[in-house]
Amino acid sequence: MLNTPTTPGIVAGRLPANILAENFSDLHPPLTAHEALVAADRCYFCYGAPCMEACPTTIDIPLFIRQIATGTPEAAARTIFSQNILGGMCARVCPTETLCEEVCVREVAEGKPVLIGQLQRYATDRLMAAGGHPFARATETGKSVAVVGAGPAGLSCAHRLAMKGHNVTIYDGRAKAGGLNEYGIAAYKSVDGFAQSEVEWLLSIGGITVETGKRLGDGLSLSGLKSGFDAAFLAIGLGGVNALSMDGVNAVDMIADLRQSADRTDLAVGRNVVVIGGGMTAVDAAVQSKLLGADNVTMAYRRDKAAMAASEFEQDLATSRGVRILYNAAPKLVDDGAITLARTETRDGKLLETGEVVELPADQVLWAIGQTLEGAPDGVAVEGGKIVVGDGGRTSVDGVWAGGDCAQGGDDLTVTAVAEGRDAAEDIHAKLA
Amino acid sequence: MADLTSNFIGIKSPNPFWLASAPPTDKEYNVRRAFEAGWGGVVWKTLGEAGPPVVNVNGPRYGAIHGADRRLLGLNNIELITDRPLEVNLREIKSVKRDYPDRAVVVSLMVPCEEDPWKKILPLVEETGADGVELNFGCPHGMAERGMGSAVGQVPEYIEMVTRWCKQFSRMPVIVKLTPNITDIRLPAEAAMRGGADAVSLINTINSITSVNLDLFAPEPMIDGVGAHGGYCGPAVKPIALNMVAEIKRNAATADLPVSGIGGVTTWRDAAEFIALGAGNVQVCTAAMTYGFDVVKEMISGLSQWMDEGGHESVASVVGRAIPNCRDWQDLNLNYVTKALIDQEACIKCGRCYAVCEDTSHQAIFNRIDGVRGFEVNDAECVACNLCVNVCPVEECITMVETPLGEVDPRTGEKVREYANWQTHPNNPGAVKAAE
Repeated sequence: MLNTPTTPGIVAGRLPANILAENFSDLHPPLTAHEALVAADRCYFCYGAPCMEACPTTIDIPLFIRQIATGTPEAAARTIFSQNILGGMCARVCPTETLCEEVCVREVAEGKPVLIGQLQRYATDRLMAAGGHPFARATETGKSVAVVGAGPAGLSCAHRLAMKGHNVTIYDGRAKAGGLNEYGIAAYKSVDGFAQSEVEWLLSIGGITVETGKRLGDGLSLSGLKSGFDAAFLAIGLGGVNALSMDGVNAVDMIADLRQSADRTDLAVGRNVVVIGGGMTAVDAAVQSKLLGADNVTMAYRRDKAAMAASEFEQDLATSRGVRILYNAAPKLVDDGAITLARTETRDGKLLETGEVVELPADQVLWAIGQTLEGAPDGVAVEGGKIVVGDGGRTSVDGVWAGGDCAQGGDDLTVTAVAEGRDAAEDIHAKLA
Repeated sequence: MADLTSNFIGIKSPNPFWLASAPPTDKEYNVRRAFEAGWGGVVWKTLGEAGPPVVNVNGPRYGAIHGADRRLLGLNNIELITDRPLEVNLREIKSVKRDYPDRAVVVSLMVPCEEDPWKKILPLVEETGADGVELNFGCPHGMAERGMGSAVGQVPEYIEMVTRWCKQFSRMPVIVKLTPNITDIRLPAEAAMRGGADAVSLINTINSITSVNLDLFAPEPMIDGVGAHGGYCGPAVKPIALNMVAEIKRNAATADLPVSGIGGVTTWRDAAEFIALGAGNVQVCTAAMTYGFDVVKEMISGLSQWMDEGGHESVASVVGRAIPNCRDWQDLNLNYVTKALIDQEACIKCGRCYAVCEDTSHQAIFNRIDGVRGFEVNDAECVACNLCVNVCPVEECITMVETPLGEVDPRTGEKVREYANWQTHPNNPGAVKAAE
């Protein structure tokens, strides 16, 4: 091996292939059958369960856990999928520590929640591995719906519409369907090509056609969709990134490259990496830089710990992998292998620079400072950088719905996108009926 | 330090924990290991007649009921009495008793219900130096089909007859082991007493099918595609055993008959409960078959600590202490009023109390406190059934609080009155009426 973590500059092959494979293995290895039974037994089958209320897709969590406990994980999976067809991916990527598991009464009582996310994975893995699809389509309605964007919102919407008997065409600008499940999200949360196999499994319900390489403004127009289909659902995500005022790479691109890489020994990473940002994308970029073999990785966030969008669990994950988190540090200058950051403090709700600066060596600066709406069609009302939606995801344009990250509401999580896609499908179905 | 030594019908042991007649006591090797671990005594696995021994199945002999994390709650067995030659067992019993003179060695016996076989086997056992015999009138599987075990235990006249033979042909203490597969445990106990038994031991195992194989539609444990009922034991049977022991001790005819308590004793606490209900000692099987012989160390230390903390100087001083408080339902105070109280600090808001009260009981729990998720008892509906306490996952979170005498019960609107029971209740057609 030519390079090591301390090789100067941005280089590939800092770690041997076997170490890389280990580093990018499953963050939470799947539960064994016995582990699942033990974990399931801890569930109290709460009345009006707080976990269920905290789930954006309102999965009947106590029921599916009881189904696991009684030896019927396949039935558990059907309970999950009936509310959340991407329950497999959500089991892997949901920040359960801020959703269902945060409000689990056993978290409240003992600081140890029922392992809802891992149990969901156990059940969904079982059913998906068994082959076949758990739902059948209703009689064909003869109606057709266009879905723009094959991410979680689009896939969820398309599946529900197909189930109702409508014909769906999904358009996506990228080469593969899956959206952020395929191109975003840390590699260790979705191993073994799960995103693609989940898409294939979802599409196996039938009635859905996927056309890749097509996006609004590039081979597609809203008027074309309106005339060619009975309804349209926009799930175009946040395709743009906030412009960089200094040198560096967009963390989103770095993560996508990593997810699409066939051989991670080819991926170049700096010796000293600085990630700017405080969200999940920043954590994913920082942790993965470390796993690729960067010697020093620092996440710099301009506000304090409490304000950080990444959960406590994600922050702990980063620090446990050797990432240093620098709070109250705003980037000022990137120059000649170094970054200068201004120390900040919050006074009376305002973020102020203290006058103190820190300089860190930085061969590579990764920016994770937010994504923006791009390619929203003219005529669709946009407010605060998001498509305006009403009940059921209806946009300002008749016959056009929207959901997922591109639309108002939700927390820009996979699971909220799934919920919005599903609910829009129900609304579209009601309208088409 | 409390005195754990036991003197059960003249049989002395350093503690009241004996291993019951079962697979753990089938061989010298096992029994020596048991004594090294600290067991006070053993009842040697049941011996049969001289001659070709019984044979056992070579498929599964046990079936189990599991709780969380495969904790074994109940065990079922279809193993018969010892399948080793009589002379081998007798030789080993003699050897063990010689080396452990301070431990109790009682020998379980099961021979046909005729005078001659009993007359023959008793002197052989006596010759080993064993401390006593236990008559196996309990095993409900296999041997019962041949007119032995529970087939004898279900007929009080047979129990009396065989017990009398044993007392006649042996100078050894005789313990009669009773089967719970009957309707009234007092009758076989009385029969044993009439026959001259020095003690009874109970319970033996309960007729059971542990589960059904739903692929093959056959009961478990399954032998070559079919199954036979077995005998059920382990923690699950303890409540049944406790009641049967209490029934015998409450019965005037058998109140003074010594009892060796058996049935799901798993911890020192279980043992203490049997003793409080009148058992002079306890016998253990399933706990040893689940965890090995070392569990006796916890039983010894736990019983000892409890006795020290309670100021109980000897095992004998606590035997039967709970019996005066075991009564008939008709004696219970119908004017005693309690209300469930949920400790809001301890409550984790799982809502199980609400679900069971609302769906299956008296609609006496509110699920909102000041408009937010929270659980509170409605005293005006609470009948104090205790179900909420039983289903609450948090210990001591819900308690039953007594409504003092003279205070108004919000459910009835009446003041709590002095003790009165069903025997004098106005709704009881057979009530004892005060003289007019």
